[in-house]
Amino acid sequence: MKAALFSALEKALSDNSICAVVTDTGNGQQTLIRDGEAVGDLVLVPDQLKQVNKMMGRDLSGPITDTTLFVRVYGPSPRMVIVGAVHIAQALAPMAQLAGFDVTVIDPREGFVKAGRLSDVTTVAEWPDDAMDALAPDKRTAVVTLTHDPKLDDPALAAALRSPAFYIGSLGSTQTHAKRLQRLKDDGFSDADVARIHGPVGLDIKAKTPSEIAVAILGQVVAIRRQENA
Amino acid sequence: MVNLDTDPLYRLAEWRSAGKATALATVVRTWGSSPRPAGSHLTINEAGDFSGSVSGGCIEGAVIEAALGVIKSGEPSQLEFGVTNDMAWEVGLACGGTVHVFVERVE
Repeated sequence: MKAALFSALEKALSDNSICAVVTDTGNGQQTLIRDGEAVGDLVLVPDQLKQVNKMMGRDLSGPITDTTLFVRVYGPSPRMVIVGAVHIAQALAPMAQLAGFDVTVIDPREGFVKAGRLSDVTTVAEWPDDAMDALAPDKRTAVVTLTHDPKLDDPALAAALRSPAFYIGSLGSTQTHAKRLQRLKDDGFSDADVARIHGPVGLDIKAKTPSEIAVAILGQVVAIRRQENA
Repeated sequence: MVNLDTDPLYRLAEWRSAGKATALATVVRTWGSSPRPAGSHLTINEAGDFSGSVSGGCIEGAVIEAALGVIKSGEPSQLEFGVTNDMAWEVGLACGGTVHVFVERVE
């Protein structure tokens, strides 16, 4: 790989932008495609370029059939927005980061986001309405509410439901969850809307401790993400 | 917190900045049950330090050795591992799959 191409790849990764590196495994020639621009010595014919663009759209790496070309697609990281800098968040945030998610924790309560409780995680000490607007969840985003407090969880869930977030989960017992869904419906959301919310949150693995619950939540997020991409 | 998916490339970038020669190994084709999908990276530096994976640990040793050769020669190389390979007795995939790994020096 030429130095210029690696630099372009480093730049794309740090910009969290979609790009593809196409390699001719027969002779080592390469090109990096980003925003329709190409860097490198490999020249693709229009059909091949079309195929590369299709693979970039699907975030899919692999060979191009009947050629010696290999396409490696680098997509932006999935994101996880956690509402509530609570005990479970202290376990879920680093686990999700390890699994490749860019994690943001929202909590307007100063004591909860105090330095040290959540190290190496982006924290936003604002009300979820404002914070969610700024974060603008997209189809690569999972939203998990953990506060149990309707004042904090509900606005975040409402914002998540208005977004294309691929996963929405909310902590709380079956009873708490039923009440929560009723409140959201009273606010105008349909049954189909609120059915997008996973609650009680997480896979049923009989989790007890905060870190076990984090495993259950992350497991469910991964399962939904991979099912959608399958 | 380390993101295990992109970390191999960041490690490689660090090695390069520190003036070390490096190689990038990528799974480019898989058949049957192979532990890591196409696109998986293993990065290697001239000292034999490595990051990432191209299998479940079965063939990394052989890929690192090949990468050290590629770092010296500058010639990219495609390696094949699996039950159909002559090397199957030495390094093969216990799971019965076949993988092609492309190894290149990063200039």
